[in-house]
Amino acid sequence: MKFIDEFRDPALARRLIAQIRREAERPVRLMEFCGGHTHAIFRFGLRQMLAPHVELRSGPGCPVCVTSAADLDYAISLAGIPDVILTTFGDMVRVPGSHRNTLQDARAQGADVRIVYSPLDALDVARQNPARQVVFLGVGFETTAPAIAATLLQAEAEALANFSVLSLHKLTPPAMRAILDAGEVHLDGIIGPGHVSAVIGSDAWNFLLHDYEMPCAVSGFEPLDLLGAIAALVHAVMTQEPAVVNAYGRSVRPQGNPAAQQMLSRAFKVGDAGWRGFGCIPSSGLALCDALAHRDAARLFPIDVEPAAEPAGCRCGEVLRGVVLPTECPLFRRVCSPRNPVGPCMVSAEGSCAAYFKYEGEV
Amino acid sequence: MCLAIPTQITEIDEERGALVELGGVSRRISLIMSPDAQVGDYVLVHAGYAIAVMDPEEAAASLEAFAELALIQAEMDAQEAG
Repeated sequence: MKFIDEFRDPALARRLIAQIRREAERPVRLMEFCGGHTHAIFRFGLRQMLAPHVELRSGPGCPVCVTSAADLDYAISLAGIPDVILTTFGDMVRVPGSHRNTLQDARAQGADVRIVYSPLDALDVARQNPARQVVFLGVGFETTAPAIAATLLQAEAEALANFSVLSLHKLTPPAMRAILDAGEVHLDGIIGPGHVSAVIGSDAWNFLLHDYEMPCAVSGFEPLDLLGAIAALVHAVMTQEPAVVNAYGRSVRPQGNPAAQQMLSRAFKVGDAGWRGFGCIPSSGLALCDALAHRDAARLFPIDVEPAAEPAGCRCGEVLRGVVLPTECPLFRRVCSPRNPVGPCMVSAEGSCAAYFKYEGEV
Repeated sequence: MCLAIPTQITEIDEERGALVELGGVSRRISLIMSPDAQVGDYVLVHAGYAIAVMDPEEAAASLEAFAELALIQAEMDAQEAG
C-alpha cells in the first residue's frame, strides 16, 4: 500500500464518474476551496469529464494568492534592509508588489533573499550567519503554520537570537464563511481542503452544516479522492441531506492532529488579517503570541510602506472569491501569463489562473 | 503550499528526526508533530515536518468502498441490459 497508485485506478474512476452522472439530475455547482485541488482536478482531466453535471469553482485556498499587496510590499521592503536575510518559500519570489517589483527583483538589486523548502532550513541560515538578521516569510494556511510554530519554538530552545518570522499565516474556515456570507456565488457544496484538515480535523467543517446547511466533503488529491468526494456531495445535494463527509480518512481524523494544533496555540494568537480579494476578515490570521514578540519581524522592523495598489485590470480578487473564472479576466493570456504575471493567481503553483493557463486547451 | 507527500520512514533518531526519501533524495524531517509515528509508517510530509501518519486500514476501507460501488454498478448495468 503506497497510498498513491491505488487511488489512481482508472476503472474505479470511471465507475465514480458514472455514479456522479447518474445521480446528478441537474447541474451541481461545487467549490474546491484548495488551490492544490484546482490543479489536481485539471491534471486528471476531471473538469471536462464531469461537465455539465458538475461545475467546479475555485476558491481562495492559495495562500500566496491571498497575501495582500500591502503585506507583500512590506516583505519586499524588509528584504532590502542590508542586515536582513529574507528566507521564503519559492512561490512568493515572483509575485509583483504594488510597484511591479518582486522579491526576485529585489534580489537582483542586492537584497539577500533565499528560497527554502522548510523553515528548518531558515534556522540553519540563522545559525550560519550570526551577525545577520534572518527573517522567515511565513505564508500558508493551517497545513503550514504548525511547521513555522515548531521552528519558532526550536529557535527559542536554542536561544537563537537572530531568527524571526513575519507571520502572514491565515485560517481557512473564516474565509469560507466570508464567501458564503457574501453570497456572490451560488454553491451547492464545498470540496474541503485535505491537508489543512489533516491538521484541524474534518470536524472543523461541521459549522458548514449547522450554520449554512452546506454539504462539505474533505478530499485528498488523487483522482479517486476527488471523485469520491464529489460523488458524496452530489448525493447529499440530490437527496437534500447535507452532511460533512471525511472522504480522506487515510490522512484526516475527525479531531485532526492534536500535536500540530498544540504547536499553533503555543506560538500564535488569532487576530484580524487582510486578504487579497476580501479585505479584512476578522479572526482569520495568526500573529506571534506575546511570549514570542521578540521574534515577530513586524515588530522588530517597523517600516513605513506606501499605500498598496492592486494592478490595473487585475481580477485576482474576484477569481479568489469564485465570482469570475480566470478566463473572464481581460488580462488573462493577453497581458498576464506565467512568464509575465500581473497578479499572484498566475504566479503561484496553486493559483487558479496558472492552472487555467496551463490546461486551457482542455477547459 | 498544501503539497504534502506520503513517504515511508526508514530511520528515526533520538531527537524524533526521521529519514525519508523525497523526490529521490534522502532527507531528514521532523516527527515532532507525529509522536506515534514508527519506522515503516507512511507519513504526510510538508515543509520538513510529518503532519499526519497515514492509516492503511482507512485507505483499504476507502478502496473497498469504491470497489463495492463498481460491483453494484456492474450489476445494475447487467440488469438494464438483460
